[in-house]
Amino acid sequence: MAINKSITRRNFLSNVLGSACGAALLGAGLSVYSRQTASMPALKIRPPGALDEEAFLGACVRCGQCVRDCPYDILHLAGLGEPVPLGSPYFVAREQPCRMCVDIPCVKACPTGALDHSLENIDDARMGLAVVVDEENCLACRGMRCEVCFYICPLLGEAITIDLLPKTGSGKLPRFIPVVHSDTCTGCGMCEGACVLQKSAIKVFPRYLALGQEAEKYRYDDKGEKVMDEGEADDTPFSSNPLETINRGRGSL
Amino acid sequence: MARRRDIGAAAVQSKGWYKSHQWLLLRRLCQLSILSLFLLGPIAGIWLIKGNLASSMILGTVPLSDPYLLLQVFLTGHIPEVTGLLGAAIVLVFYLLVSGRVYCSWVCPVNVVTDTASWLQHRLGIKARTHYSRQTRYWLLGMTLILAFATGSLVWELVNPVSIVFRGLVFGLGLGWGVIVALFLFDLLVSHRGWCGHLCPVGAFYGLIGRVSLLRVVAAKREQCNDCMDCFDVCPEPQVIRPARKGARGQRSPVIKNAMCTNCGRCIDVCSKDVFRFGLRK
Ligand code: SF4
Ligand code: SF4
Ligand code: SF4
Ligand code: SF4
Repeated sequence: MAINKSITRRNFLSNVLGSACGAALLGAGLSVYSRQTASMPALKIRPPGALDEEAFLGACVRCGQCVRDCPYDILHLAGLGEPVPLGSPYFVAREQPCRMCVDIPCVKACPTGALDHSLENIDDARMGLAVVVDEENCLACRGMRCEVCFYICPLLGEAITIDLLPKTGSGKLPRFIPVVHSDTCTGCGMCEGACVLQKSAIKVFPRYLALGQEAEKYRYDDKGEKVMDEGEADDTPFSSNPLETINRGRGSL
Repeated sequence: MARRRDIGAAAVQSKGWYKSHQWLLLRRLCQLSILSLFLLGPIAGIWLIKGNLASSMILGTVPLSDPYLLLQVFLTGHIPEVTGLLGAAIVLVFYLLVSGRVYCSWVCPVNVVTDTASWLQHRLGIKARTHYSRQTRYWLLGMTLILAFATGSLVWELVNPVSIVFRGLVFGLGLGWGVIVALFLFDLLVSHRGWCGHLCPVGAFYGLIGRVSLLRVVAAKREQCNDCMDCFDVCPEPQVIRPARKGARGQRSPVIKNAMCTNCGRCIDVCSKDVFRFGLRK
């Protein structure tokens, strides 16, 4: 009896240990896997109101109600093997851009708030940021009166403006450069969808990819001039004394 | 003694085929209807229900959400919208009444796959004896919850076969077929009742809800039992039957109280002596 008992206890223990270790191993593997799959490809865009990617992946239960309620059917749930975290909603602007519905049905449909319900005006959506990625091929930039992106933009005249560069010589054309403004562009992708080239010269990227950022040590003086912050002055790589610069190991000669 | 292959033959003889497959048929009908309701929208444009088992909306008014998923969302540090919470509450109350694992046997599409594997195993006499504890699922359940908490992301949803299959059926399966085939082969060749009976953390979670649920199977006429063991062979969680079926001597209740019983009713079907019936927890 006693032997039997200790055997079953040992069985029990090894069983418990086995499943506990198995679960822990699997968990560790999964957390690594989730990191590897966490990033979105640049051209896949989340629906309007989506939380920051990290928070979004904790909030979205992949129910697809946003997909169902989009009247233009632009949204997809990522299937197995797609380079988007499994089951999460996205759209591809070049195929079907977001039409910026005023009543934002996709956000209203979301039961978790992964699409933030505090987004009430679709103009405040920041799905991404359009960037003129290819001035060499952009027809307007080459002086042909295209500007299709400018005219199709739902925030006409605000998110895209055209900078006119006068012609630089005889035989040259004046150039019309579309300039996107990050404070108004919603990232809807209408411009990318409409670009007449075979491959769009204007593309919507995630904002973290599309935007630069000033170094924090700069500030502006009262005339609007950018100056070095005095407190940080010592931190600059370059000194007025070139020798000093080399000694700091930062300058290259 | 040779292992009998023909489970339920006695019941078919004494009650007829229909009576001895009654609950099985009802279950398959239920599973199919639920799937059809979700498919009616995308296929026929009739939107009675939108979404999938993770979260859905009936006729634009009644929300439903999976409490297990919402619990994970909470653990990532996000508070869901009221619709999501309300949906989870409705689902929770429903399963508190009918028993959590009704989800497994009456709703979940994976159940059809694993039941088929188990049936085929018996028919072909395949022994799949990789053994590990039925408690493993609780460890996996704990793991999925800890992962949500530690990573702030619904990591389990990246691989959860239950979501992959149902979402796939409603939104497009793609490579999801592979998951179905893998589950089938695993249960058929590697481990008897391996996925639903040992590993699935979704089932483990719903089982926990079932601990206090009202609707239960009762071995009401257990004194008529002739020890044919058909119920035991057909049950996906055979360990739950013994206390109720054999408990007369110890004056234990004839109610199957173990929360892991899926309320599938197969034991009722296959018993030629009509020992079991659905009843209430007493
Ligand atoms: S705003 Fe309209 S078009 Fe854009 S994703 Fe939402 S529902 Fe679809
Ligand atoms: S409705 Fe919300 S929770 Fe559902 S898939 Fe869309 S974003 Fe995710
Ligand atoms: S993505 Fe393009 S069309 Fe949409 S708001 Fe920005 S600039 Fe305009
Ligand atoms: S005891 Fe009966 S109802 Fe419960 S899981 Fe087993 S066969 Fe199904």
